[in-house]
Parts: sequence; C-alpha cells; structure tokens
Amino acid sequence: MSFSAYILKRIGGLLLVLLVTSFLVFGLLYLAPGSPLAFILGPRGGTPAQIAAVTQQYHLNDPFIVRYFAWLGDLFRGNLGDSIVYRQPVSDLLFSRAGTTTALVSLAAVIIAVVGILAGTFAALRGGWVDQVVSTLAAIGLSTPVFVVGVALISLFAVGLGWFPTFGVGSGGFDTIWHLFLPAVALSVASAAYLARITRTAVNEERTREHVQTATVRGLSPRLIVRRHVLRNALIPITTVLGLTIATLIAGAVVVENVFALDGLGSLLVKAILQRDFAVVQAVVLVLVVAFVVVNAIVDVLYTFIDPRISLGSKQ
Amino acid sequence: MTEPLLRLDNVKATLRRRRSEQVLLNGVSFEIGQGEALGLVGESGSGKSLTTRAVTRMLDPAFRVDGSITFDGASVLGMNASALRKYRQKDVGMIFQDPRAHVNPVHSVGDFLTEALVRDRGVDQREAERRAVALLDEVGVRNPEARLRQYPHELSGGLLQRVMIASVLLAEPRLILADEPTTALDVTAQSDVMAILDEQRKARGLSLLFITHDLELAAACCDRLAVMYAGEIVEQGAHVYDTPTHPYTVELLGARPDIDAKAERLPVLTYNREIHERLKAEAMA
Repeated sequence: MSFSAYILKRIGGLLLVLLVTSFLVFGLLYLAPGSPLAFILGPRGGTPAQIAAVTQQYHLNDPFIVRYFAWLGDLFRGNLGDSIVYRQPVSDLLFSRAGTTTALVSLAAVIIAVVGILAGTFAALRGGWVDQVVSTLAAIGLSTPVFVVGVALISLFAVGLGWFPTFGVGSGGFDTIWHLFLPAVALSVASAAYLARITRTAVNEERTREHVQTATVRGLSPRLIVRRHVLRNALIPITTVLGLTIATLIAGAVVVENVFALDGLGSLLVKAILQRDFAVVQAVVLVLVVAFVVVNAIVDVLYTFIDPRISLGSKQ
Repeated sequence: MTEPLLRLDNVKATLRRRRSEQVLLNGVSFEIGQGEALGLVGESGSGKSLTTRAVTRMLDPAFRVDGSITFDGASVLGMNASALRKYRQKDVGMIFQDPRAHVNPVHSVGDFLTEALVRDRGVDQREAERRAVALLDEVGVRNPEARLRQYPHELSGGLLQRVMIASVLLAEPRLILADEPTTALDVTAQSDVMAILDEQRKARGLSLLFITHDLELAAACCDRLAVMYAGEIVEQGAHVYDTPTHPYTVELLGARPDIDAKAERLPVLTYNREIHERLKAEAMA
C-alpha cells in the first residue's frame, strides 16, 4: 500500500470514528440529568421570561436529533459553537488550553520512554538485585493511583523541599518545563513502570533467540550484540506499548491537571461535563479522539521502519 | 604425526540441576585433521548438537564441561573472554539447522553478511560488500547485489541457508561446524545446499564437523564417521559405513530404506540403554 493511500484510509477511518463518538457523547450528555440553565442563570434561578429567553437562544427544547445535526452542520462550516458557560467561541477556549496539555503529555512521554526503556533494559541485562529493585519499584509504581502520586509529589518536592512550584504553567520556555515537571512525573509513573516491565520481558526474550546465538558464535562483541540484535529487536513490542501509553496519557491528563490546577484540556473537560456545556465537551472529546488516532497512525508508520516484515496497512 | 586441528579428549558435559546432575556427554573423544571431514551421526538426543556447542563453548552456564578440547594446540575450555571471541571470529564457523530462526529478521542480508567483517575486523564497508557479493556468487546465489538489499523474510529457506554458508565462509574459518544444515529445507534445496557446502569446503581445504541423521549423505561427503549413542561415541572411523562392527551401528545402518528394493516394513531398532550398559561392562571386563 502506498503512503498516500494509507494516509487516506486512516483519515477515512478517523472521520467515521469521530462521527460515532460525537453521536455517543452528545447522546449521553442529553440523557444525563441536569441542564445548563442552572449554570447560566446562577444559583437563584431566573424569571420565567429569562428561562424562556435562554432556552430559546440555545435551542434547549429542540429534540435531540435536531440539536445534534445543528451542531454537526456548524462543525462542517468550521464552527465548533459557543460555550454556554464561558460565553465565548469553543475554538478560542481550546486553543488557549491545548498548549498546556500538549506540553504536559509530551514531557510525560519523554519521561516514560527514557525511564521505562532504561530501567527495563538495565533490569534485564544486569539481573540479580538490580532486577529485583526495578521489578519491585515497577510494581509499586503500577499500583499507585495518579492522584496519590500527584499529592505525594506536591507535598514532598513543592511544599516540603520547595524545589518546584505547586501549581500553574509558568511563563513559557524553561519556566514552563519547571512548572510542568512534577505533573509530568505524576502522569508518567504508572506508564513508565509498565513500560519498564514490558522492556524487561522483551529484552529477556530477545536474548534467548536463535539469531543472538548466531551473533555470539560469530564472535561479535557483547555490546554490539546487545545493541544490534537484542535491543533493536526488542523495540518492536516496546514501540507498541509506548504508542498505546502515550495515547491514553491524553485522557490521564484530566486527573493530573486537576490535582496541579493546570488549565489544560483535561480540567476544561471536567468542568464542561459538570456544567452540561455540550459544545465544549464535544469539542474536547473530538480533539482527544483525533490525538489518539494520530498517535496510533504514527506508531503504525514507525513499525515499518523498525520491522521490515511489516508493510504499511498489512494485517500482520 | 602432526597435531590434529581439533581434538576432543574424554569430554564430559554435565547438566547441573538443583538436586540432581545429569551426564549428557559421557567421555566423547575424536580428532579432526586439517582439511578433514568428520560426520557425526546418531539418533535425536544422543548429544550431537551438544558436542558442537561444547566445541564453540556455547553451552548454557548450567553445564559443567570436563575433559579437554584442543584447537590447533590451544585449550578451548581454558580460553578467556577475548581469546574465545577471537577463536569464534577466526577459527570456527557454525552453520545452524534453521536459517530462518538463526538470521536476525530486522537487518538486511547485506548487514548480516558484512557486520562481522566491518565491526570486528575493521574491513571497509564497501570492501566487505564486494567480498559478500563475490561469495554469494560462489555459493550459487543469483543476482547477489540485489540480495544484499533484501531482508531475510524475502528469501526462501534454501537461499537463506546459502547466505548463512556464505556468512561463515566470509570469516575464513579453519573449521566449519554444520548442525543438520539441510534438515529444515525442502528436499530439492537440500541436495543443492549440501553440494555447495561440500564443494566450497574442499576447494578451501577446510575441516568439517558434519552432524546429520542422513547416514548416506554423511558417508558421501565425510572422510570418517562417528556414531553417537547416549552421549558416547560407540564407533568411529572410515570403515563405519561399509563394515560396521558395533551392534548399534549395525542396526542403525540396517534400518535405512533401500532405494532399489521394496521393503514391507523397516526393522525397528532393538538396541537400548540396557544392552548399551551391558556391552560397556563386558568391554571393561
């Protein structure tokens, strides 16, 4: 399959997935109890005239299908709609917050890849007590919830030692990395632990392969064997897991952003759901789905470079 | 008499388990001279592959190896890590049974052939490729330049085994160990690959330790045969194929189907561990 045909196929698949998820999310929000009216009119409620006006303005009484297609029609015209609660275009809201989440997830992805692969490889190659320590730490990391890790990190490194700020995203550049470091660590602990275990297993498995025996009996240097024949081949399972992990990080960011009071997409999504801010919820979900599909597509393309037996779009 | 290239003297390999020990090679002794071919035959589990692994020091660390293995006067079992690497790089070459499993699937054929030369011997990449192309041509691979760019999964089993043979010859070893090099191939590829191996070996004057189940093949391309049973060599020499003397060898040779005669039923081997132990005890007495 050619590269352009592959991309077209993936985009087609993406559009279908987006259509289905948007319908599901819209339907679920519609079915959930509560109405945006309470948030628009404030705690004391409004006069019947105000309620009627708002209901009229946002088409709250229209049937589900009509509202869904109205939203879909706007979307095709490039309009994500307006937030009922913030009273501004959803696209503006998304833009101002997407940067934070992107930076957070990217930083976490780097931490996961570096720590997970290094720790797993180290554990497999050294064995003995190194292996024991890494495996134990990985088990602890895997079983500790994100919010616990987040709170623990804040109380130790931000409040206790004062090395890091407790909240906010800083003022760009290095300051942002400094601000996002603790949240990224909190976000990556479980995934790094998981990746370390996968790497350890993959490396151990590759070491016993027959082709590694061939390399050994040819008298290649141990370092070359590890790099070219063990780690290189172990990359195949490692990439799979890393790709899936990064895709799910975007959803995991919801919790971390709330713990560290970051104004990213995750915290926006939670607020929007609580306030029945349909347009915002839809838009954020669409962004998450697109990100998930794009990350997976990138991993698929990477595969063809890592494993020559796999070609683009093959079922293998 | 000159010193043989490879000499195994009373080699024992013992697998150490937590509670028990199991002797899997029980006093194997043989010699291979310069340019000589020895065929090692015997049933599955008799210790043929274990013997080649002992010669290359590729046995699992759980094995204890006693006795002596001498290559060109140097003790193989006594080599330190760097001497062992040199020995594996330059002196012995190993051809495995299943090339599909024994060639790394993620590197190209060219990378596989040249990596030992380029990384360990400091040969220039272009020069290494030139040598690889020349050798592929010699082992009967057509279009060798194009093959270098291909990956192992794009080649047939027979072709890949030729690549494996070429990779061993590229290192210019003095002894080739071939562990059932044709067993995993289909019948038509088998004879081609074997013919190439035999031809190249003779042309270069290399020594060969050839492991096989195929007695006729072993007799055809080896100077001497050694027959293994239960981790021991029961009989060896140039006479084995035509005039066997050991009861196990006699039965083994009798169990081959004859291509000229129609046989109703092939004889079943009656030789077993009990007879083996009794014969050994009688020989001692």
